[in-house]
Amino acid sequence: MQQLAARTNAWACYDCGKCTSTCPIVRAGATYSPRRHVLAANLGEPASSIVHDGLYVCLTCRQCDARCPVEVDYTGLILGLRQSAYDETTQPECPHGGALQSTMRLMANGGTQQDRLGWLKEDLQTDPKKGRVFYWTGCTMYYDAFFTDFDVHTLDGTRAAIKLLNALGETPIVSPEERCCGHDLLWIGDRKGFESLAKHNVDLVAKSGAEVLVTSCAECLRTWRIDYQPLIPDDFPEILHISEFLADQTEKLDLSENKQTRATYQDPCRLGRHLGVYDQPRELLEAVPGVELVEMPRSGVRAICCAGSTWSNCDRFAKKIQVERLREARDTGADVLVTACPKCQIHLKCAMNDPNIGEEISIEMRDAAELVAEALDKRDSK
Amino acid sequence: MATKDKNSWDPEIVVFACNWCSYAGADTAGVSRIQHQPHFRMIRVMCSGRIQPAFVLRAFERGADGVLVSGCHIGECHYIFGNERAIEQFEKTMSIVKMLGIEEQRLRLEWISSAEGARFAEVINEFTEQIRELGPSPFGRKRSPAKAGKGVAG
Repeated sequence: MQQLAARTNAWACYDCGKCTSTCPIVRAGATYSPRRHVLAANLGEPASSIVHDGLYVCLTCRQCDARCPVEVDYTGLILGLRQSAYDETTQPECPHGGALQSTMRLMANGGTQQDRLGWLKEDLQTDPKKGRVFYWTGCTMYYDAFFTDFDVHTLDGTRAAIKLLNALGETPIVSPEERCCGHDLLWIGDRKGFESLAKHNVDLVAKSGAEVLVTSCAECLRTWRIDYQPLIPDDFPEILHISEFLADQTEKLDLSENKQTRATYQDPCRLGRHLGVYDQPRELLEAVPGVELVEMPRSGVRAICCAGSTWSNCDRFAKKIQVERLREARDTGADVLVTACPKCQIHLKCAMNDPNIGEEISIEMRDAAELVAEALDKRDSK
Repeated sequence: MATKDKNSWDPEIVVFACNWCSYAGADTAGVSRIQHQPHFRMIRVMCSGRIQPAFVLRAFERGADGVLVSGCHIGECHYIFGNERAIEQFEKTMSIVKMLGIEEQRLRLEWISSAEGARFAEVINEFTEQIRELGPSPFGRKRSPAKAGKGVAG
């Protein structure tokens, strides 16, 4: 515990309480206090003592870390605490009955040939083994199969990204051997499950001989860039988000106006506060003719997250945050809420399912790549 | 339990049964003294509509070689439409199971009424035979990397 407190700079805490006052969950009304956890860690209390004090309530959105005047890594502390709690055999009560965690663990176990590429259409050029770009699909095909109740189309973003890569003359590797990146197992504390996935994935990409690894998922990106770091060999491909990959190549895409769209952008917590990628998705959207980007009052580093990043917490507070966020998006007058992480889309769409206020808060949601790919269509039809 | 000799391998099957029809159907098979294969563990739920993907996936994760989901015949559900919900859940589960590369024959949906003791025995025998032919589940031979954790609230 002492090591963890030192590593996350918890000892620097001077008890100002900015973390608690900035926490979106607290602002939604939960009895929860990041500050109390930092103090508990400094006092050397075991992780198990925090379990019933909201260990799995934290959204890990890093809002508090961004505000902390002494740079305490509260999110890192929560990660460490969840890992020790897991070692003491405590897990959160996972939403969806733990179906998604089971899926990840089945993948971690391996031993079967996944059938995960059924969504690839003929017009998309991909290669299962060789290429300059390795396109990391993430688990969007599983999400679309699982969230059939509320019309989730995260695969559209995946297809759009491949289409854009094709338009740049790349035939990306899309591997049937890919497994879940393990992000969500890591964040409920399951280090062992995470590591077996990590080893498989790093090995897969390293052996492919690709030069760049591109993904559309903000969580996969965070996992690859930060959590896989200790496993990654020296000559490993560069790891980029699709928006980072495309942002400086938009001229080559020869985009033309499809229709006038007012779009607002939801910063995924993983892409924004975790990795500092704020500008590229915006540059990408602005490069599309006919797209007008309007910002929500809380954007960039202040953006409110979708309240469900790690599949470990979904409660009335999360719902409140989502509803608030959707109202904010609607108030901008935008036609479409654009995001760069499939989970933002899933969770905000789920909130739109509300039978009472669904109408008031509904807004079309799309992945940034979809908007760009649409501007390609126009060119093709000319 | 499983032994190394392939011929004497017995599968481990998880059967989800609804309280009102399938579970009672198993009971009928019992009181009627109908002989059937014994290699399954039965989990009773109030309604087949309760059997969400998580239940089935957890069973596979923990090493089940096959999973049978059973409920009342369509139109006979104790809760009117619970088994229609069960179909939706089952289809969703099946698509994920297939995506994971688990043979689809390892998962089955059957309607068994409380009077159909003989049919229960027949389904169990047939399904056990099918799983026997498929052999052990890829997740069955070693325990999954997840250890059995106590949930915070359940």
